[in-house]
Amino acid sequence: ILSQGTVFLIIKVSWEIGEEELQKFYCRITKQLMGKEHGHDVIDSLQRLHLIMASTKYTRRLPVELHQRLLSLCVSSSVEQLTVLTSAVLRETLPPSGPGQIYTLHDHSPLPSHTAALMLSQAGSKEDLSALSSLLLRSLEGRPAGILSHLHTLPLLNTIITYCPESLTEDHVTLLSKRLVDWLRYASVQQGGVASSGGFFTGPRIRQPGPVVELDGCVCGDFFTVLCVSQAFSDDQWMNLYSFSLLRHWLITYHNVTDGNNSTDADDRSEVDGSVVSMVSATSSSSRLLPPKERLREKSFQYCQRLIEQSDRRCVYRAFPCVKSLFGRLNSDLSCSRVLLPIAQFYLNHGETAAVDSECVWRCVFGVLPAECFNDPYLAHETLSFIRANQLQLHSSVPLYTHYFPSLLKFLAWDSPGLVSDYVDVLPSLVTAGTAVELLHSLLDLPCLTAALTLQLRSACFPVSEPGGRGLSSLEAFRSPAHRGLFLFLLRGEAGSGDTMDRLSVLHDLLMEAADWSRVIQSAQSVPVLLHVYFNTVTTVSDERLLAQLVLVLLERSSLLLNIPKYTAEIHRVFSHHLLKLCKLHPSLVVDQSRELLEFAGTTTNIHSKEDLYTHVVWVLGEYLSVSFDSRCSVDLVTSCFEALEAVLFEITSSGSPSPRVVTSLLSALAKLASRSHDLIPRVSLFLSKLRSGAVSWCGSEEDVVAVVTRGEELWSLLKLPSVALSVLTPPSLATSPRWHRDANATLPPRLRTLTGLTDTR
Amino acid sequence: MVQCFLIHTVNPVSTLAPGESRVLYSRVFAPEEGALTGADSELGPEQRRLLQNEKVAVVARQVRSAVTLSREASGRVLVETVLGEELVALQEADSGVQRLGRGEPWPGERSALWLGVQSLAFTLVTEPHENLLLAEGTLKNITRHCLEHLRMLGMGSEVLLKSDRIDVLLHRLLPHGQLLFLNHRFTQSLEKELANYMAQ
Repeated sequence: ILSQGTVFLIIKVSWEIGEEELQKFYCRITKQLMGKEHGHDVIDSLQRLHLIMASTKYTRRLPVELHQRLLSLCVSSSVEQLTVLTSAVLRETLPPSGPGQIYTLHDHSPLPSHTAALMLSQAGSKEDLSALSSLLLRSLEGRPAGILSHLHTLPLLNTIITYCPESLTEDHVTLLSKRLVDWLRYASVQQGGVASSGGFFTGPRIRQPGPVVELDGCVCGDFFTVLCVSQAFSDDQWMNLYSFSLLRHWLITYHNVTDGNNSTDADDRSEVDGSVVSMVSATSSSSRLLPPKERLREKSFQYCQRLIEQSDRRCVYRAFPCVKSLFGRLNSDLSCSRVLLPIAQFYLNHGETAAVDSECVWRCVFGVLPAECFNDPYLAHETLSFIRANQLQLHSSVPLYTHYFPSLLKFLAWDSPGLVSDYVDVLPSLVTAGTAVELLHSLLDLPCLTAALTLQLRSACFPVSEPGGRGLSSLEAFRSPAHRGLFLFLLRGEAGSGDTMDRLSVLHDLLMEAADWSRVIQSAQSVPVLLHVYFNTVTTVSDERLLAQLVLVLLERSSLLLNIPKYTAEIHRVFSHHLLKLCKLHPSLVVDQSRELLEFAGTTTNIHSKEDLYTHVVWVLGEYLSVSFDSRCSVDLVTSCFEALEAVLFEITSSGSPSPRVVTSLLSALAKLASRSHDLIPRVSLFLSKLRSGAVSWCGSEEDVVAVVTRGEELWSLLKLPSVALSVLTPPSLATSPRWHRDANATLPPRLRTLTGLTDTR
Repeated sequence: MVQCFLIHTVNPVSTLAPGESRVLYSRVFAPEEGALTGADSELGPEQRRLLQNEKVAVVARQVRSAVTLSREASGRVLVETVLGEELVALQEADSGVQRLGRGEPWPGERSALWLGVQSLAFTLVTEPHENLLLAEGTLKNITRHCLEHLRMLGMGSEVLLKSDRIDVLLHRLLPHGQLLFLNHRFTQSLEKELANYMAQ
């Protein structure tokens, strides 16, 4: 497709056209346009001119004469190709003189559609748009017959009001509302086009056009809608189409309903069940007395009901029952999945007023659909948009929403790059005290979920195992009954059946070959950022007990991750960061979980596999294992911690080459602990003095030696003065959170100074 | 409504930096927001146009990475198609939708629907709460017509020189950016008019 060479050569040539050559070209075109006839060579030139104008970054100004010629062609030519080309060229240029000059085209009415497009693109202010809309509305009033161009008035107006709703005055809105009612409700039901052109062909030879028909071929049963079919369409039928296409936007922009549901109007009409004949307009109350806006709403409502009816002739309902039945019919049909979202929105907005049980809707939208259609990018996008738009309401009206997070994560697992920014917005709403731990596990296993979904699809596509071929071992594992439970848990749709599975490491082994699948790698790349969001949110909804549990999960999972390159390192980095934050927020966590933290710190193998996390755990122990943070911290606890860390330090320095960072953090931690229990000081001092004397054979480079020895020196000199060491290494919280004038001690000197200054009469 | 429609490259182009996308066609339906809100009131019309082109280029780049990532993840092998195989090319096309957040590059949020056909992408940028089903269908329809009428599966350069055909196509199927609820008969009517135009 598209030889790069040809295309880019053409672009290059257009860029590089010289100024002289360009001016000559302008002259040639101007001469060509002077003639009465505009043949292929004119078209050619215009196309070339457009390419030149469009391919440069900087806007060119055309010579005035050429500009005028192009403009008059655009407005007055009856050859569509000329109007299209001239409009396109003019869109790429600037108006001929001075800023703010709009095209004065009030004498050209009706405004051709391509010209209007040009004016729209060059509108420089809201006043320009207002002027354009007035012009358009005036042409509507005139109702000229024939040419297609006036039919684009509505799309043009829709664009204008999207960006400048104020460009239509109240009168305009009323006028248009009336016209919209006419077009929506009273368009002709005869087939248009053929006989209405009049002209040469009259007489009995021409068949009279019949009425329009429904989609199933029956004669149209009620008023014309976009679901009516005909050989050709008349102008007002086209207007019906354009009216309906902009209706939703129009109603949202100008008809904000402040007086409750429309459905209450419908209550007084009788419901007819199962009737084939359309009952919509037959039972409509006389609405002529309503003001235009209300009348439009009423007619829109009827129109929509008729559309639903036309989609399936079996049912006639009003408002809520209508939507409810639609849901009932569609929720089992997955190909209609995207229609279910507007229905869900309807339930969310009106469910409480109508006192309807919406549970089945939510189960479908949050539970079933993501599980079945996780690979539909449009459904994913729309579901996430729905959640993002309605977060507050979902939180208050749909308590079970968070319950479905395992299902909702499937969209993300399948298409992480496209959806991760959406999930950054949505994830906080899924974090609750009830879901926190399970959610953390699920996030960490997101790549596994991706792999499982891939296998699920593949398994469905190739039901029979390929005999002896390139069968994936993970696919076989997926199908084998022995591991069924693992995958079932991973692919579950609802939360609450356990935080994670027991044989997680088995699962990781089974999915080992998935670690280099692109989709799995993309999924793994999105986990760290989501973990950040998770941890930032979870602190706001958890009590200390829950946070303690999370710390345990952190430690446990640090060695239980799918083995994707760089994934483990990234996760450890996130864990380290948040472990610090958590402990800083709740220092007593350290004492609470001291056993597990000590176990982690005491395991030497952790140093090699998780250095980052290890140093942070050691730091946290050193910093917060103190009676000033938690009164339960006994001397014994401090001592046992000290001994554990000391043992590790001896082990790593006597065999192997430990990283200096690990060593220095151990040293600092030991010093801190020793400062709290003074009989430990001699033990650590002994080691430190050995360092000073240079027994650091286990260090790698010169810089490392310097770093370790310097730290050793500082700590050793500090520990010679135990009370000083205590206040430096375990500062009271008062010192770390200064209170300035509120603190009696800190304010004394300034107070004295002030008083002295005031009373000193010298 | 639709903010803009563009056709741009998704494969590496020798004259561009990696990751960049060459925009072969773009049509913006919306008036320039900066001019209306007064946000860019210090900019002249020339600079506003430049700004608009830059914004379109940003969208093209975003969609290009979305297409690339999606193709990578699916691991499908691209099948080369030639002139005459437009329907096959369309069937094989990747599709998706990308959210463009605030400021990326327009002040408000947008959704960019894309169809990746071989080395090109066809992108529709819509307002966030637009009817995506309708937009998706419209995009597929427009793409099919582009492929057929501009002979894009061939080696030619019609997409550049005959861009008025795309203008007319958009003018019928997406007038001024308005998505239309066209049933098959309305569509047929429009396609008849289009065929007449393209035959010139």
